[in-house]
Amino acid sequence: MFGKLAFNQIPISSPIIMVAVAFEVIAALAVLSFITKKHGWGYLWREWLTSVDHKKIGVMYIIVALVMLLRGFVDAMMMRTQQAIADGSNTGFLPPHHYDQFFSEHGVIMIFFVAMPLIIGLMNIVVPLQIGTRDVAFPFLNSVSLWLVVAAALLLNISLAIGDFAKTGWVAYPPLSELTYSPDVGVDYYIWVLQLSGFSSLFTGINFFVTIVKRRAPGMGFFRMPIFTWTAFCTVMLMMIAFPILTVALALLAFDRYCGTHFFTNDLGGNAMMYVNLFWAWGHPEVYILMLPAFGVYSEVFPTFAGKPLFAYRTMVYATVCITVLSFMVWLHHFFTMGSAASVNAFFGIMTMIIAVPTGVKIFSWIFTIYGGRLRFTVPVLWSLGFIITFTIGGMTGVILAIPGNDYVLHNSLFLVAHFHNVLIGGVLFGMFAGYNYWFPKAAGFTLNEAWGKAAFWFWITGFYVAFMPLYILGFMGMTRRLAHYDNPAWQPYLILAFFGAVLISIGIFCQVAQLYISIRDRALNRDLTGDPWNARTLEWSIPSPPPFYNFARTPHVESIDAFWMEKQNPSKSSSPEYVDIELPKNTASGFIIGVLDGVLAFGLIWHIWWLAILTLIGITATVIARAFQSEVDYTIPAAKIAQLEAARTQT
Amino acid sequence: MLRVAKRYPLTLLPVFALSACNMDVLQPAGPVGVREARLLAETTGAMLIVVIPVFILTILFAWRYRDGAPERRYNAKFSGSTPIELTIWGIPLAIIIVLGVMDWRSTLALDPFKPLPGHMPTLRIDAVSMDWKWLFIYPDQHVATIDQLVIPTGTQIAFSITSDTVMNVFFIPRLGTQIYAMAGMQTQDHLLAKNPGTFRGISANFSGEGFPEMHFSTKAVSPRDFAAWITQTQSAPGNLDAAAYAKLKKPGVQDAPAIFGHADPALFEAILHEDSGTPAPPHKNTPPPVKAQ
Repeated sequence: MFGKLAFNQIPISSPIIMVAVAFEVIAALAVLSFITKKHGWGYLWREWLTSVDHKKIGVMYIIVALVMLLRGFVDAMMMRTQQAIADGSNTGFLPPHHYDQFFSEHGVIMIFFVAMPLIIGLMNIVVPLQIGTRDVAFPFLNSVSLWLVVAAALLLNISLAIGDFAKTGWVAYPPLSELTYSPDVGVDYYIWVLQLSGFSSLFTGINFFVTIVKRRAPGMGFFRMPIFTWTAFCTVMLMMIAFPILTVALALLAFDRYCGTHFFTNDLGGNAMMYVNLFWAWGHPEVYILMLPAFGVYSEVFPTFAGKPLFAYRTMVYATVCITVLSFMVWLHHFFTMGSAASVNAFFGIMTMIIAVPTGVKIFSWIFTIYGGRLRFTVPVLWSLGFIITFTIGGMTGVILAIPGNDYVLHNSLFLVAHFHNVLIGGVLFGMFAGYNYWFPKAAGFTLNEAWGKAAFWFWITGFYVAFMPLYILGFMGMTRRLAHYDNPAWQPYLILAFFGAVLISIGIFCQVAQLYISIRDRALNRDLTGDPWNARTLEWSIPSPPPFYNFARTPHVESIDAFWMEKQNPSKSSSPEYVDIELPKNTASGFIIGVLDGVLAFGLIWHIWWLAILTLIGITATVIARAFQSEVDYTIPAAKIAQLEAARTQT
Repeated sequence: MLRVAKRYPLTLLPVFALSACNMDVLQPAGPVGVREARLLAETTGAMLIVVIPVFILTILFAWRYRDGAPERRYNAKFSGSTPIELTIWGIPLAIIIVLGVMDWRSTLALDPFKPLPGHMPTLRIDAVSMDWKWLFIYPDQHVATIDQLVIPTGTQIAFSITSDTVMNVFFIPRLGTQIYAMAGMQTQDHLLAKNPGTFRGISANFSGEGFPEMHFSTKAVSPRDFAAWITQTQSAPGNLDAAAYAKLKKPGVQDAPAIFGHADPALFEAILHEDSGTPAPPHKNTPPPVKAQ
C-alpha cells in the first residue's frame, strides 16, 4: 500500500535530526497560525498563490531562496563544526551517515534552491520592467515554474524527516548513486527533487527567452537593452540548452535504479563516465547561468551609483555572449584526472582559461565605469566592490585549476572547495545581495535599512575570508573534500579558523534578517515616493514603487540605451495623456495545483507508492488539459479605468 | 629579514604558518610533484600580473571618484575609449596566451600514463580501490599489501589502477599526480620518490561511509631495503587467492595494514574484467601497460 514507506523510516533515534525536524515543524506551524490569526488565507490565495503577476512570482521566488539560504547555511555550520572537532580519536558529533547527507544537501540547496531562485526571482521582478512590458510571454507557465520549485524544496525538507537524502555528494556520481551502493531512497529524493527543479528552470528559460525576444518596448533594439536584461537573455539561452542534458542524465540514472537498466553501472556495458560527462555538460553552463545575471546586477549598480554610463556597453555585451558560447566547451575540466589523453586535457584547459579573457574585460569595464564618476557608497555598491576583489581571487584560482598539471594535485581538494565558494559566494551571492538591496524599493515601495545592510556586508565579507582562505591552505596540505573525520592534527587549526569564519557569516545573516525586519517595521519612514530612489537609468525606475499591477500606464518608447536617464536629461515635450485599454492575464489556480500534484507524484515515485504516482499523474494531465481548454484567460482594463487609477495616484 | 622580524614579529606569521605545517603539495618528494609545484608557482605569478592591478585600480578609483570628491573629476559622459578597450582585451589575452603555452607543454609532459623521462629502473604495482581500503599487488614479486605501499627510491613506479567498487582517486600528495580508480577501467600513474620517507596516501573522491578512513601510508626505502622487504614479505604467511579476495571484498574499514606473502599476479586483470561485465578487453582509454624492466 505504501511502497517502501514505513514508520521506521523516520529517524526518531537520531536527536540532531529530530531537533532539526521539530524546529522546521514549529516554524511552519508558526507561519500557518500567523496567517490564520490574521485571516490571511483568502488574501494569500487570491493575491499570491494563484497570481500570475511576474512581480509577485519574483517576490515569492526570493522568499523561497532566503528561507532555503538559512537551511543551507545550517548545513554548512554543521559541517564546519564537525570538521573543527573531528580530528584523531574525536569523531565529532555527526556520524558519516548524517555528515554525508549534509554535504549533499548543502550543495543541492545552495545551487538549486538559493542561487537559482534568487536569479530567477530577480529576473522576474526586473526584466519585464526593464524592457517596458506588462508581463512575461507565458504568465501561467511562470506560475507553474514557481510552484515546481516550491514543491521540490518542500520535498527536500521532507527527506530530513522521512527517510534519508542522498549520501553521494551533490554530483551523485554512479556507481555510488546506483542501487548496489545506495539502496535507500536518498538518491531517489535527489533525482526527483532535481527533476522538478530542472523542469522549472527549463520553463523559465523558454518563458524569458520569448519574453525578451518578443515583448520589448517599441524602439528597444537589442543594443538598447539594459545590460541586466542582456545577461538574463544569455542565461535563459543557457538554461534552454543545458537543463535538458541534466534531465536526461537523471532520467537514465532513474532507469538504472527503477528498471534495472545499465546505463551507468559497472557491468553489462554501462559506463559511469557517461554520467560524469552528461552531468558536467549541464553543470558547467550552470555555473554561468548563475554567474551572468550577477554580472548584470553589477553592471546596473555601478553606473547608477557612479552617475555615469556603463563603460563600453557593447564590449560588455560581446563579453557576455563570449562567455555564453564558451561555457559549453569546458566541461571536461571537472575530470582532468579521469585519464583523458594529454592533448584532450590540454585543449580543455586552454578553453577554460579563454573564458578568463571576457571575464577580465568585464572586471576592467566596471572599474572604468567608476572612473570619472561620483560613486555613492550605498549597500549595493559595497557588495559590488567586495565582489570585484573577491571574485578576482576566485578567478585567479580558477585559472590555476584550469591547468591540468595544477589540477593533478588540487582536484577534489579543499583548494577546489575554496575556489568555487570564492566564485559562487563572492560572485553570485554578493551580486544577488547587491540586486536585492538595489531593487527592493522597486518591488516593495520602501528602501532597506542602510546601516544594517552595511553591517551585514562587513560581517559577510570578513567571515568569507576567514572561512575560506584557510581552505586554500588546507588544499595545499593535501586535504580532500567530504571528510567526516580525519587523522591529521596539522589541519585542525585551519579548520577551527574556518569555523570562526562561518560564525562571522552567521552574524552577517543575522544582520540581514534584522535589516529586513527593521525596514518593514519602519517602512513609513523609508517610502519610495518618486519611484526612482537611486537616480537610476533604466525603465523600471520610471514607474512608481511598487509598480501598479499593469506596470506601465502607457507603453514606453525607447530611443537609446539608459532610456529613463535620457528622458530625465531631456524631458520630451510631447506628453500624450491618452490611455489605451490594457489586457492582462487572469489569476489561475492551475499552476499551484500542478506544483502540488507534482510534489506528491515525486513523493510517490520516491517511495514506490505506485497508485499515488498514477493518480497524481492523471491529476496533472487533467489540470493541464482543463487549463488548455480555458479560453477566457485574459481580462481587459478599460482606458478610462487606467486614467482614473493614474489620476488617483498622482493626487496622493 | 631578521631585522624586520624583530621589529614587526607579526609580519612573519604567515611565513611561519606556511613553513611550519606540512604543505604536502608544495613540498614534493619526487620529480612529478616538483614539476607540479613549480607550475603552480609560475601560473600564480602570471595571474598576479593582472590581479594586482585590479586590486589597486578598484580601490584607487572607488576612493578617487567617490561622491564628494572634487567636482572637476566628475565626467558624466565618459562611456568608452578605444585605447582602453583594446588594452583591457589585450592584456588578459596576452596572459592567457602565455598560460596557454604553459598549459600545453606541461600537460603533455605531465601525462600520468606516460613513463617518466630518462632511464631508470621501473617497478610495476597494481592498485585496486575497495570499500574502504587500498589493495596493492606487486605482480612481478607476487606479493600484495593492504593500505600500505612500500616503494624503492629512485625507481619509477608504474601504477595500474582500477576500482572494485565505486569511483575513488589514487593520490599521494607529496609525490604528485592523482588519478581516478574506476571499476572496469584501468588508469595509470607514474611516480617516483627521490629520498626515503613516509608519505600519506588517500582516496581523493568520496566513496561512501568509510571514505574518511580510506588512507594508506607510502613508505619509500632504498632499493636495498626494498629488496630485503620483498624477501621478507615473500616468506610471510597469507595467500591472496580467490577465497581470500572474496573475504577482502566485504565492505569495511581496514584497522591495520596487512600483507600477503603470495598473490596471484593475474588477479588485477581478473578484477578489471569482472567489473567490466564482459570477457572483452577493458575500456579503451588506456594504452597497454608499461613493461617492467
